Amino acid sequence: MNRMDGGDAARVTQALGGDQDAFRALVERHSRSLFRLAYRMTGNEQDAEEVVQEAMLRAYRRLDKFESRSNFGTWLYRIAVNCSLDLMRKRRSEMEQRERPSTRDEDEDAPATIERVASEMPAPDRLALSVELREQVQQAMSTLSAVERTAFVMRHFDGCSIEEIGKVIGLNTGSTKNSVFRAVQKLRKHLEPYTAPQARPAR
Amino acid sequence: MSDPKMKHVSEEQLIEYRYAESPDLPASKAIGEHLRECGACRTNYESLVRVLEAVDAVPVPEPDAGFETRLWNQLEPKLSAPEITAPRTRSGARFSWSELFAPRRLAAVASVAAMIVAAFVAGRHWSSGVVPVVNVAIAPPLAPVVAQAKERVLLFAVSDHLDRAQMVLLDISNADVPKGGNSQSSGAIADFSREQERAESLLTANRLYRQTAMHTGDSGVASVLDELEPVLLEIAHSPSNLTPAELERLRKHIEARGLLLKVRVLDSSVRQREKAIAPSVVAGGL
Repeated sequence: MNRMDGGDAARVTQALGGDQDAFRALVERHSRSLFRLAYRMTGNEQDAEEVVQEAMLRAYRRLDKFESRSNFGTWLYRIAVNCSLDLMRKRRSEMEQRERPSTRDEDEDAPATIERVASEMPAPDRLALSVELREQVQQAMSTLSAVERTAFVMRHFDGCSIEEIGKVIGLNTGSTKNSVFRAVQKLRKHLEPYTAPQARPAR
Repeated sequence: MSDPKMKHVSEEQLIEYRYAESPDLPASKAIGEHLRECGACRTNYESLVRVLEAVDAVPVPEPDAGFETRLWNQLEPKLSAPEITAPRTRSGARFSWSELFAPRRLAAVASVAAMIVAAFVAGRHWSSGVVPVVNVAIAPPLAPVVAQAKERVLLFAVSDHLDRAQMVLLDISNADVPKGGNSQSSGAIADFSREQERAESLLTANRLYRQTAMHTGDSGVASVLDELEPVLLEIAHSPSNLTPAELERLRKHIEARGLLLKVRVLDSSVRQREKAIAPSVVAGGL
């Protein structure tokens, strides 16, 4: 996560005073790191860009709620996580309405079961891992629920603590831990056939 | 020192070990030592690491050079509106317009407005099921489809509300109680401010949905929302840091009423009603 420097603090104050250039400087400073986060959460560039835009807009509208003692980058990061969650839920809901209107898991965000995905997998030896593995990773990530994916991205890529993650996604420590576990378990189940040493094709 | 009789390490422990913030913690040390001695667990751990490394290997595309400019161009027109309606003073003196247009207040007003619309729609379609004749601009064959579409929107909103309420109740019900915590314990536990915020934001909607359901004679919905309301109120007004005793009391309150089950059953029923409407709405082209 970005750390706030004196520049951020000054720009927040200026932006609160109506100086849009100051807010633009904040947008330019933080938008790329938010894009990386949003891409990992949503899995595609268009959605990631939409998330960054929405996060910046929400940040601007709530700028008066920002406490100057806090870290602006962290504050922005949390907003972006929530925007990503909202977008992932929206996309999932759109997809469910289009494709599977009758099924609904107990977990509101639960995607297709990993068993179904596993049964559709090609044999490991037919995969060229360098390219295929990437696709499999993306597919495996898409099997995670919005909450699982958020918890995993925050834990794995950004090194956030369970407490931090819980605060952002609104779950208690136990539920947050479980979300990370479930995410890793699903990824393992999907990806182990492709990452096992014997699965590597002789090329 | 590793215990040679230590049981195999579970997958959850391995995952925790992989993400351990400090490898020097006793639990992490014990697992590390066990992994050095136990081939089966080591193989399992190596497999986990390979999977996570594969996840790391997927590159994140870098936005193009014009990303920031494009982003700003899309943002700027949306930023100008609040500045016109709610100018701020540099002195920090309170300015009444900014209070008036505070996002929380705007959200509440928007929420109330949405509820009024929902109540209006529900009032027309929930109780009688008769499509009013005031839709003169709509061709007669389309009128029932429009009515169903509106009802579906309302059911969707109620279902979403119930989903959110369920999550808050579940979080409270599944919250960790610190070891040694009992009804006499006064030590604070996890911060519940987030749950409180969520409960508070659900309260207004809950009241309006309940009133709507009462007006339209949907006693099933009204009854469950009526039971939900005091619990949401209690969560919203509890201290942010609940002691084990306070948490236990809250849980008992939820359990005694069987509230989670009632909310879940109602959610399922509302969802079925929503789905029952869906095919005809889709067939109608809406």
